[in-house]
Amino acid sequence: MSLSPASSSWVIWPVVVPLLGTVVCFLYKKKPCLAAHFFAVVTCGTSTVLGWQVLDQGVGRHLLGGWSPPLGISLRADGPAALMVMMTAVTGLGITLYSGGYFQSRLTGGSQDRRFRAQEQSFWPLWLLLWAALNGLFLSGDIFNIYISLELVALSSVGLTALSGKPPSLVAAMRYLLVSLLGSLTFLLGVGFFYKAHGTLELAVVSRVLAPTPPVIMALVLVSVGLMLKTALFPFHFWLPPAHANALAPVSAILSALVVKGSWYLCYRFWQGGGLPAVVGVVPALLGSAAIIWGAFQAFSQQRLKMLVAYSTVAQIGYLFVAFPLLADPAGQGSDALFYFAISHSCAKAAMFLAAGTFFLQMGHDRIRDLAGVRQLLPVSSFAFALGGLSLMGLPPSGGFIAKYLLVTAAISQDLWWLGLIAVLGSGLTAVYVFRAVSSVLSPHLLEEQPALVVAASMQWSALALALLAIVLGIMAPLPLALLEVT
Amino acid sequence: MALSPSLLYGLTGLLLFVIGLAALFTSPQLLGKILAVNIMASGIFLFLITLAHGSGTLIDPVPQAMVLTGIVVSVSSTAVALALLCRIEEAARPHGHLPEKKDEARQG
Repeated sequence: MSLSPASSSWVIWPVVVPLLGTVVCFLYKKKPCLAAHFFAVVTCGTSTVLGWQVLDQGVGRHLLGGWSPPLGISLRADGPAALMVMMTAVTGLGITLYSGGYFQSRLTGGSQDRRFRAQEQSFWPLWLLLWAALNGLFLSGDIFNIYISLELVALSSVGLTALSGKPPSLVAAMRYLLVSLLGSLTFLLGVGFFYKAHGTLELAVVSRVLAPTPPVIMALVLVSVGLMLKTALFPFHFWLPPAHANALAPVSAILSALVVKGSWYLCYRFWQGGGLPAVVGVVPALLGSAAIIWGAFQAFSQQRLKMLVAYSTVAQIGYLFVAFPLLADPAGQGSDALFYFAISHSCAKAAMFLAAGTFFLQMGHDRIRDLAGVRQLLPVSSFAFALGGLSLMGLPPSGGFIAKYLLVTAAISQDLWWLGLIAVLGSGLTAVYVFRAVSSVLSPHLLEEQPALVVAASMQWSALALALLAIVLGIMAPLPLALLEVT
Repeated sequence: MALSPSLLYGLTGLLLFVIGLAALFTSPQLLGKILAVNIMASGIFLFLITLAHGSGTLIDPVPQAMVLTGIVVSVSSTAVALALLCRIEEAARPHGHLPEKKDEARQG
C-alpha cells in the first residue's frame, strides 16, 4: 500500500464539507435550503472524487492534525468505505433535491406555515450533520472514533424523527433514542474489551487478529449485539417501523436508506476479518432469515403504505445479514453480494419512501386501499414506486437481481445451499407485498375528488431518478464491484 | 486469588452496567429509563478507567481520553433525551394523559 499525499488529502473532505454546511445552514436561517443544496452538491462531488481516487490509487489514509494513533484520529478509505460514501452521496443528493420541493410544496399560505418553516429550518442542519456523521463512520480508522460517529448519527437521526412534532413521532423518537443509546453503550463496552485484548483501537488490526480468547469473544458478542440492535435486525426490529413510518417523508427515506446501513457496515467490518469458524456466522444468517420472513408477513398485513415500506426495510435488513457465513471464505463473493444488497436497497428504498411521501402529501393520508387511482395525479411517482419494488423483488436487470445472483452462486459454491433457498423464498414473499401496494397505486380506478395541492416536480423526478438508478445498478455492476476489490 | 483494586473497580463497573440495563427494561417511566442509561454509561466509564492501570506503574492515557470524550457524549445525549421528554409532556398535556402509556402496555 503506497500512500501518495494526494490520495490521502481527499479522505477528509466528505466529512468536512457537510459539517461546514451544518454550521452555515444553522446560522443562515433566511434561506437554509439554498445553502444546503450547495453543500449537498459539493459533498457529492468530493465523495465522487474520493471514490475515483481509491479506484485509481488504492487505499487512502489521513491523520487529522498530523497526530498519529493511538491518541490521534486516523481516517482510512478503502474500497468498501468509498463505496458506502458514494452510496450516501448519490442517495443523499436525491433526497436533498426532494426535500427542497417537499418543504416548498407544504407552504400553502395556511395557518400551519409557521410550523412548517420552523421544521424546514431544523431539517437542513440536522440532515447535513447526519451526512457528515455517516461519512465519518464509514471513513474512521479507529473504533473509538466510530463510537463517536455512531452517537452523532443517532442524535441527529432522533432529532429528524421527532421533527414532525406529532405525539406518535415524538414517542417513536424517544424509543429510538433509548434503543440507540443502549446499542452504542453495548458497543462501547465491547470497544473496552477489544482494547484490553489487543492494546489498540485500530479497526484494521482489531478486525484482523481474531484469536478466539475469552475477551475477544466477549468483545465481538457485545459489539455485534449493540450494532444489530441499532440496525434493527430481527428480533431487535420493534423500534424501527413506528420511527420510520411516522417521520416526515424525506426523513423516512434518510432513515431507511442510509442510517441502518451505517451500523450494518460496522458489523460487517468486525466480521469480515475471517478467523472465525463458519458456524459462528450462522447466527446472524438465521436471524436474517427470520427477519426476511417475519418482515414480509408484517409488511403484507399493514393498512398504511408507509408502514408497509417500513416493514419491508425490516425484511431487507435480513438480506444484509444472510450472507455472513459466506464471509469465512475471503476468496468468496459473500461481501460482494452484501454490498450489492446495501447499495441497491438504498436507492430502491429511498425512491419508494419518497414516492410514498408524495402520495401522502397529495392525498392527505396513506391508506393503501384508498390510494387507488393515485397514478392519475402522480404518474411519475407511481412509476418510481413500482420500479423500486421491482428492484426489491430482485427482477432482472435490477441491482437487487445482481445481489441475489451473487448470493446464490456464492452460497452454492460454498455448500451453503439453504442460504440461496432463503434468498429465493424471500424474493417470492417480497413480490406478494410489493404487488399488494403497486396494484393499488397503479389501479385504473378513477379518483372522485381532485385535491387542490400541487406538489413540486422535483419531488416526483428525484424519486424516479433514484428508482432508475436501482435498476441501472444491475447493468453497471462491474464498476462498484471493482471498487470493492480495493482493500 | 487476591481481589486487586483494579479488578474490584472493573467488576463494579460491569455490575453497574447490568443494574442500569435491568432498570432500562423494567422502569415504567421515561425519566427512569434515561437515568438507567446514565448508570450504564457510568459503569462503562469505571470499567474503561481500570484498563488504564495495566501492569507496572505506567498509566495508559488512551482509556482516560476515551472516558473524557465518553462523558461529553453522555451529557449531550442526556440533554437530547430530556428535551425530547419535555416535548412529549407538552404534547400530552391537552389530552390529559401520556401517549407513551399505551405503547408501553403493547410492548410489555
